[in-house]
Amino acid sequence: MSSPISLDDNSGAGGALPVRASTPDGPVVIEARGVEKTFRIPEHRMDSLKERATHPFTRMQYRELHALRNVSFDVHRGEFFGIVGRNGSGKSTLLKSLASIYALSGGTIRMGGRLAPFIELGVGFNPELTARDNVVLNGVMMGLSRREAERRLDAVLDFAELEEFVELKLKNYSSGMMVRLAFAVMVQADADIMLIDEVLAVGDASFAQKCVEVFYEKRRAGRTVVLVSHDMGAVQTFCHRAMLLHDGQVEYIGDPEEVAMRYFRLNFAEGDAEEQASRGGVVFDANARLVDGWLEGETGDRVESIEEGEPLRFSVVVEARRELDDPMFGLHVLTANGVGVFALRQTLTASDRHPNRVLAGQRVRISGTLENPLLPGRYFVNCSVARTRRQGDVALQVLRLADFVVHGPEPGLGIVSVRGRVDALVEPAPEP
Amino acid sequence: MSEAAADLRDVRGPTALGGGWRRSLDLLYLIAVTDFKRTYFGTALGYLWSLARPLMLFGVLLAVFTQVFRLGSDVPNYPVLLLFNIVLFGFFQEATVTAVNSIVGQEGVVRKTQFPRLVIPLAVVLTSLFNLTLNLLVVFLFILGFGVSPAWTWLLFPIVLALLIVITVAVSMIVSSLFPRFRDMAIIWTVLATVLFYGTPVLYPLEAVPETLRDIVLLNPLAPLFELARNWVIDPGAPGPIDAAGGFAPLLAPMAIYVATCVFAVWVFRREAPRIAEEL
Repeated sequence: MSSPISLDDNSGAGGALPVRASTPDGPVVIEARGVEKTFRIPEHRMDSLKERATHPFTRMQYRELHALRNVSFDVHRGEFFGIVGRNGSGKSTLLKSLASIYALSGGTIRMGGRLAPFIELGVGFNPELTARDNVVLNGVMMGLSRREAERRLDAVLDFAELEEFVELKLKNYSSGMMVRLAFAVMVQADADIMLIDEVLAVGDASFAQKCVEVFYEKRRAGRTVVLVSHDMGAVQTFCHRAMLLHDGQVEYIGDPEEVAMRYFRLNFAEGDAEEQASRGGVVFDANARLVDGWLEGETGDRVESIEEGEPLRFSVVVEARRELDDPMFGLHVLTANGVGVFALRQTLTASDRHPNRVLAGQRVRISGTLENPLLPGRYFVNCSVARTRRQGDVALQVLRLADFVVHGPEPGLGIVSVRGRVDALVEPAPEP
Repeated sequence: MSEAAADLRDVRGPTALGGGWRRSLDLLYLIAVTDFKRTYFGTALGYLWSLARPLMLFGVLLAVFTQVFRLGSDVPNYPVLLLFNIVLFGFFQEATVTAVNSIVGQEGVVRKTQFPRLVIPLAVVLTSLFNLTLNLLVVFLFILGFGVSPAWTWLLFPIVLALLIVITVAVSMIVSSLFPRFRDMAIIWTVLATVLFYGTPVLYPLEAVPETLRDIVLLNPLAPLFELARNWVIDPGAPGPIDAAGGFAPLLAPMAIYVATCVFAVWVFRREAPRIAEEL
């Protein structure tokens, strides 16, 4: 494959459109206006009739929890819309309200099209039933008719690569098989609007790859997806727009990069002192915009998979959004599960004409060739852009660059291979 | 791609039948069928178990009431009447007792998908109804084998069955929707169901009950139903609910309670359905 890998187009199949340029402005399919959700938390829960009967006149004491306050937003058809926020910010409540699981306390939500919520993979799976029965049942739960669900059974099993286990009861499935089946049902349910809560990180690397492909496919097919996630990388990669929730209120709606930035800032501002200290005086800020980033093959063409042991040749172009003093550029390679493998940092190669500074709007090209110790698998590259602030601390921005696959004859144990020698010798028997 | 712009529907939140009739019916059917399959195809003797339970109870009760209390001798066709009643009441009891925990038992589905709440208790009743249908086939074989000749009134039996199903659904709706908030519902209903078993003319005919107690038994809406079934299916010579009650007027009470139960069921379920996900 020779298609470029970059933020703007890493769909892996030709003909994909750049993300930002194609932000859909089709008809509104989700319209939320002034959505309120208040939970009444009983101070003293009366679970039994006896308590009710013995204290008939005590008013139940409630504490009100405003999970959502005056939340309004629109989602257009064909849009990938991200909802991000810290724990307890109300994002899951909003998702459940959109999915008709919670009743609203105020405001309205209107929706156009068939909706399928995926709050958790495999909800409603019955371990005592066969995969066949479960797939049909789950398909109907996702809004298919019975006939339609039965018709799509083969497609589901094919996608999950579980054809030969169709008559096996789910209790005999491995957890990995279960996840694959659940995801396959979700994909094949083919709803107009999909509500997805953090289900991206599932399965092994090759399945994760498949999931990512499905997301690009759904996006190309013009499906509307509302994605709730902690993973700013995913939000930046997939979403056209995103919304940041904080304490049940809308903090910002718009550009996913800006949302990610504000999210990091929120996290940082409210992190405890210890956490701040451990970051060594780092703040998050929007320093730069990713223009392009790719991995190169031996001949200089863009690739998205390389062979085991073949050097990593990369190029990144970023555009400064503001003046960057004493900038530092970093590359981080992470596994598909987000575990960091290694990181490199590089300051600007300064010259007389350019002091150690990048002006707003200027572009910086970072490129290099690295030794590749990675074992076969899927990896991500993040790019960081940091600048020194006048206050003496560092403003950091992390950009999701690309994902790539290292392929090799056989999967190894661990993440990287190291050179070296190990000897195993039989010890001479000790003298009696 | 913009022609459907105005086609927005209000999202009303969770309801008894959220997602439409069609989807609810599909779900109801699938859940009941898979549940039924799971219960009876997973065990070695399969369906026989479902029959073994009432037959065993029948055997014990028959021995007790014909050999020990000698009650049966006054009642024509007592053995088949007893079996018939046990199977009918078994349906009501099995469905309602299972229903109590049904919604809570499906917690994942209720809290994490858009699921029509009413389908859950209805599926429980439907599964029990499958059982009942199979059991009734066997019971009718017994009835014929015992020498009861088919009468045209057998054709009326579906009316009784329908009334029994409706009250079973109503009670299932009440207990399943209240259980998430009042966990003692499970114990209360187990006890009440046992009381009802003895308070319904299952083991005895209504006319055998002394006058004073009969008024109390007649508050039970199941009582006239069982008398009707007996009159139409087993023993055309039986007095039937009107004669046994001593006129039509005493029957107004159970009828009113029957209707009130159904109305209450709909009201309470509609009220509870939207908030069940939050109560769990």
